[in-house]
Amino acid sequence: MFLRSLAKVALLALAGLLPATLPAQAQDRLRIEITEGVIEPLPFALPGFVAETPQAVQLANEISRVIAADLAGTGLFREIPASSHIARVTSFDAPVSFPDWKAINAQALITGAVSVDASGRANVKFRLYDVFAGGELGEGLQLGGSASAARRLAHKVADQVYSRITGEGGYFDSRVVFVAEEGPKNDRRKRLAIMDYDGANLQYLTDSASIVFAPRFSPTGDRVLYTSYATGMPEIYMLQVGAPRPQKLTDTPDTMSFAPRFGPDGARIVYSETRGGNTDIFVKALGGQAVQLTNTPSIETAPSFSPDGSQIVFESDRSGVQQLYVMPAGGGEARRISFGEGRYGTPVWSPRGDLIAFTKQNAGRFHIGVMRTDGSEERLLTASFLDEGPTWSPNGRVIMFTRQSAGATGQPALYSVDITGRNLRHIPTPGAASDPAWSPLLP
Amino acid sequence: MAHRAISALVLIGALSLAACTDPDRYGGGAGGGMGGGAGSAQNPNSPAYFQTAIGDRVLFPVDQSTLTPAAEATLDGQAQWMNVNTSYAATIEGHADEQGTREYNIALGARRANAVQEYLISRGVAGTRLDTVSYGKERPIEICSEEACYAQNRRAVTVLRAAAGS
Repeated sequence: MFLRSLAKVALLALAGLLPATLPAQAQDRLRIEITEGVIEPLPFALPGFVAETPQAVQLANEISRVIAADLAGTGLFREIPASSHIARVTSFDAPVSFPDWKAINAQALITGAVSVDASGRANVKFRLYDVFAGGELGEGLQLGGSASAARRLAHKVADQVYSRITGEGGYFDSRVVFVAEEGPKNDRRKRLAIMDYDGANLQYLTDSASIVFAPRFSPTGDRVLYTSYATGMPEIYMLQVGAPRPQKLTDTPDTMSFAPRFGPDGARIVYSETRGGNTDIFVKALGGQAVQLTNTPSIETAPSFSPDGSQIVFESDRSGVQQLYVMPAGGGEARRISFGEGRYGTPVWSPRGDLIAFTKQNAGRFHIGVMRTDGSEERLLTASFLDEGPTWSPNGRVIMFTRQSAGATGQPALYSVDITGRNLRHIPTPGAASDPAWSPLLP
Repeated sequence: MAHRAISALVLIGALSLAACTDPDRYGGGAGGGMGGGAGSAQNPNSPAYFQTAIGDRVLFPVDQSTLTPAAEATLDGQAQWMNVNTSYAATIEGHADEQGTREYNIALGARRANAVQEYLISRGVAGTRLDTVSYGKERPIEICSEEACYAQNRRAVTVLRAAAGS
């Protein structure tokens, strides 16, 4: 897959990092501040991308739909339906009739074209316009890749549009690993699955012979840590996405190991180990020796590194109930950061470093919430019978989590919510699903 | 007589439950070495007797791993049985109800299993015959979302198996 500027036709880095050359004038007009909590979504028009070769008709349609769904799915944007459009875009390079788009109150206009060459490679071009400023927002770009990766090409375009308008990194070209569940509550079968962030392209990574839970991506998204009862005891495994055989990482006799997460370097893991009924936190380099970081008779679990690797947030019931604590990454004195009513668990440090997401249990309800890393400014984003296990979008603006319904037929499902508490959405999965972990943006 | 009939019914129910939830467990199924039909439960040295007459599980209050007096009475019976039937070892499985986060419940179930293990050791069962595992909230036996079900799920179950070398 490649990206390049239409203006310069220069090949850009495969990493997908693009120069943010936004005309300052346009930036003043067409912009969304995510932190303010958008109540009125920004209206955009996305006339179907032009198919420049006969084989590209279906692809152009699919790519247009995926981009529009990505943008509308954020709750920050609203698509103006094609039936309202006055102007028709039949050629990518034809001049834009701004009055026609203004008349339907489209603030952003996204135009594009798709071609497929003889070898089956797709090429997607797009431009983003600030309709009221009457000009382009950023440069036109083209992206190339296998036609079978059409959805990824679309996600990359949508990430560009999102970034140019919000000033934040995108999150659409990303994946989610989770636990797919089947069967009744008292005979539940679980297996790991991976899919695009929007539920497309689902694949199973393990069978359901053993209980598995809480998969976690490596910082580069190529490996997954998880806990499995394959030996009869919970132990930590790592698999390469796409490779068949997982590697067992823990094997201490008479202990259980679980709740692993990678460090930001991808070379060490932090996790919980239970011995003699007591659970503490350990860290180990992949292939190295375990180092014990906590040593108390209470339960210490659910550790998560800060993005700079210097600190670890975790939960402990050393005060009598589960609360959140932060300690240096090498162990040592921990400071408590949660002080509200109820219990706090499963803390996860935001990829931006500014917030910690958590599960809160209070008065018979479960919540997903966020707080600053010193515990201040706690905000609860959700409430239900059972919400748990938050995971951050790559840009730290959206949280995905497990919501389980109550009762004998209760099932878990995946939901997302943005950090202002708006835009609660169900993530489609073929069956029951739990324990999502969001990947970084794909390269 | 009426009381006896009810006990027998409960016993059959418990055995069939064990048979269908743990088909692969050592001798757990009907026709296996352990609990092979209700009749063997009359034999005080049978695993079926252990499971049903003594009781293979103890229950815990919410978020607790302290043994209740009723639990201790059950475990006294388990210890006595194991001290006689030395060809058996046991895995103690700790469990939690669904009101809790997944990781915490694994740790809580481990505390419960450990409390049972320590109690059995204090009553003379060799520690080498006992090991523990926690399933947290992964393996409920009752599925409603009410206290009646939660109370049954907050449990530690002593699952017999053949001792090494026997």
